[in-house]
Amino acid sequence: MYGTGLAKGLLLTLRHFVESYIDDLRYGFRKYHHSTDNFGIRQGTKTKGVITVQYPDEKVAVPERFRFVPFLIVEDEDHPTRAGKDWCTSCGICAKVCPPQCIWIVRGNDPVTGRPVPEPEAFFIDIDICMNCGYCAEYCPFDAIKMDHDYEMASYDRTSHHIHDKERLSKPNSYWRGIAPTRAYEEMLVRGTWEHKDAAKEARRGAASSARGRSSQPAAPAATVTSSAAEAAPEASAAAAPAPAAEGATPWSEDDAKREERRRKALERKARRAAKQG
Amino acid sequence: MENLAAAPEQPIETASIDDAIAYLKSNHPGAIKLDDRAGYEGIIVDPDHLVDVARVIRGELGFDYLSSATAVDYLGEGDHMEMVYHAYRTGGGGALVFKAQTDRENPAIPSLTSVWRGADFQEREAWDLYGIRFPGHPNLKRILMWEGFHGHPMRKDWREAYYEEELKPFDSRWPGGHVHRSEEKNVFGKNVNYPTDIDLNRLMDSSESAVYESLGLGVDVERIMDKDGFETNELVVNMGPHHPSTHGVFRMVLTVDGETVTSLEPVMGYLHRNHEKIGERNTYLHNIPFTDRLDYISSMGNNHGYVLAVEQLMSLGRKYNPPTYRCEALRVMMVELSRIVNHLWAIGFWLNDIGAFFTPVLYFIQERERILDFFEAVAGSRMMCNYMRFGGLFGDLPERIKSVSNLTNDRVRDYNTMQFLTEMINERIPRTIDELELLLTQNEIVLERSVDVGVLSAEDAINYSAAGPLLRGSGVAYDIRRADPYSIYPELDFDIAVEEEGDMYARYRVRVTELRESVRILRQILPRLEATKGESIWADGKPGAYQPRVPHGEAYGRVENGKGELGYYVVSAGGRGGSSNPWRYHVRAPSFINLTPLGRMSQGYKVADIVGILGSIDIVLGETDR
Ligand code: SF4
Ligand code: SF4
Repeated sequence: MYGTGLAKGLLLTLRHFVESYIDDLRYGFRKYHHSTDNFGIRQGTKTKGVITVQYPDEKVAVPERFRFVPFLIVEDEDHPTRAGKDWCTSCGICAKVCPPQCIWIVRGNDPVTGRPVPEPEAFFIDIDICMNCGYCAEYCPFDAIKMDHDYEMASYDRTSHHIHDKERLSKPNSYWRGIAPTRAYEEMLVRGTWEHKDAAKEARRGAASSARGRSSQPAAPAATVTSSAAEAAPEASAAAAPAPAAEGATPWSEDDAKREERRRKALERKARRAAKQG
Repeated sequence: MENLAAAPEQPIETASIDDAIAYLKSNHPGAIKLDDRAGYEGIIVDPDHLVDVARVIRGELGFDYLSSATAVDYLGEGDHMEMVYHAYRTGGGGALVFKAQTDRENPAIPSLTSVWRGADFQEREAWDLYGIRFPGHPNLKRILMWEGFHGHPMRKDWREAYYEEELKPFDSRWPGGHVHRSEEKNVFGKNVNYPTDIDLNRLMDSSESAVYESLGLGVDVERIMDKDGFETNELVVNMGPHHPSTHGVFRMVLTVDGETVTSLEPVMGYLHRNHEKIGERNTYLHNIPFTDRLDYISSMGNNHGYVLAVEQLMSLGRKYNPPTYRCEALRVMMVELSRIVNHLWAIGFWLNDIGAFFTPVLYFIQERERILDFFEAVAGSRMMCNYMRFGGLFGDLPERIKSVSNLTNDRVRDYNTMQFLTEMINERIPRTIDELELLLTQNEIVLERSVDVGVLSAEDAINYSAAGPLLRGSGVAYDIRRADPYSIYPELDFDIAVEEEGDMYARYRVRVTELRESVRILRQILPRLEATKGESIWADGKPGAYQPRVPHGEAYGRVENGKGELGYYVVSAGGRGGSSNPWRYHVRAPSFINLTPLGRMSQGYKVADIVGILGSIDIVLGETDR
């Protein structure tokens, strides 16, 4: 009969409408409650009916591999020997591999000898041009540049805010380990240490040379290179393969309090930045 | 030629490519020579005999489908211009590649539009971007740039407004990378070359008149009487470029007689950014994320075609490892998921076009979001996936699709990847397709709007180089995954979707069938992923280099993308032992070439159908305009 196809279609829209409420009842409205389990249900493969996320009142946390504008890793403030030091050695690979060529690096030079030093003097990323491809992070041999998860970067004036300099780009190592624990862990496995490649090398060399009694500088003993006792296990011997079973090795073992703390800090940072931008 | 004599029982229209070339040589002695440059294939035809040879290629040898026709500027590499044609048989098999060369000063090559209508837009593009004239072309005017534009931008010696250096990476970025914006250095106008005789104050724009000229206006705008004696005016109607139903900034200039369309001329280029010029400044690796931006609905497929082309070139070298099985399986999974996304999107917006405003499309987008969530967790981005690499991939599947609460984003999800995929493929996507069919397939309004509207015959579809659902909806069972297979498709079990009618409804049916076939493929991929768990995605276990040197030669990599045949013609030249930047990087864009028959398909239908017909072709302007 003419119109049957139409009616069937309309019944389907009705079903979608009803199913939203049935689903709500099934999960006792937990779908809307703020917790991992509930949000997972709402966004999962089993849910039916309406599944809108109420942005910006609710914001979906992005997956670890999510990439937005890159940032540079610097050593944490509480690092015993390298606090605040850039991980970047200004090797220039990221600038070469960047498709729209939006990375600008001034290589550092030793003021006395004039030789290049492994730290950038200046580092810029023009985020208007950045196409968020992630190559810089992928090909950096020192794990020094990473893709950030912060995607709310709109501002009223592009000319004054959209070229990020080194200060704006730099974020502590612990931030990266916070937003991407699994990846930080995988990178640690490849590097063989939680430390920067060079720091580990130095520590090894330092230990060796002080053993031979020829060291002019106080070399950092391998065990103190670690930034906190909790991470000690993998570095107990920098040369030995890391022990994944130790704490700090399982990336998702952080407790909620720590995560909450980090989030609070990030919010503060963000607020400060917003205030600065006026 | 001996070959040919020895095997006379083999009919020439199915003979191998080598036999076909031998046949051509015997037919046109002196007009044809083999292309013996290192890494090149096919033949070079004397331009004077090009049309005759092309007739033989199409008529006698059976290469009825002209996939790609494009130009190359060999400045400094022989100093000539070259047109490169790739012709295929719709029965399947490889390409017969033929070329014609002309000098750079006054380049002209006879038009092949009389042999394949599909050459129409592609020759106009070559004229526009390279300045090659095509005597015999019925409507040779610019297509991506505007009429009156100075110069032909793809020529190697043409420089863009913010020109910095010939090739990337630019020297100014490191080690002395003091940042500046290009617009600060190049104040607008400073490095634009005006012809010496131009008077800027009396600038005339000839692009509009050029558009109308080809419609034959000015002659016939007279009032005419239709059969029933009603007085109707022949009118010119501009649809677009700023119109919500043209799927982007696309314009159609129609002449209508009453409500009936008498002719249609597509006008495009509003989103043109000279993707190919950018691609030739880029290194090979740089281009992968740029391909995402072509057909931004199915970036995985775009990546795939490009890496296939470059891998073809790399395989000419000595040190080349083909991708591992797991890598291939993952690639196929990703492109099939993209196809699902693409078709859901295409059907949804086509319904918008014919009046089912947003209810169906939102149901489909809801499922698309799930797939994009998966892409985001695996590749890092929902749409600009940038997932494939030469010989490998960005990364294997993560163990879990998991987000970490950070900053202010606190709604966290955590799924097992394989479980998520299995549930999507076995339950959710099939259910969506069922719902889609329930909603639309028998819907009387859909039927009335789409049956027998926008008809394209099988012959025309082939002749106009239509591809994808547009071709298969006209009854031509041509799917590159079967006709010229790549990756692991030969071992997968699936059927080609075809419908005979050639109308909008047939194209819709093809898309629905392809959705189901994609699910069928995905179901076969899942066990393959389980079986290869732990295998590396890289043949030698570690990621490829960031600046690979690609051996000298040419390659045409093509894939069956959601919108049709997507091909990449890549040439590596200049420098011994290969290059790190492509000499030529051409995209054979289905969204562009599928518009060639639009005018023909629209004739005689009502104005209200035009938007639906355009929607049923399924174009995306990022790819049309490049
Ligand atoms: S690739 Fe890494 S180490 Fe090298 S310059 Fe870039 S950020 Fe620094
Ligand atoms: S993400 Fe890509 S475009 Fe952006 S800075 Fe890194 S390499 Fe360049």
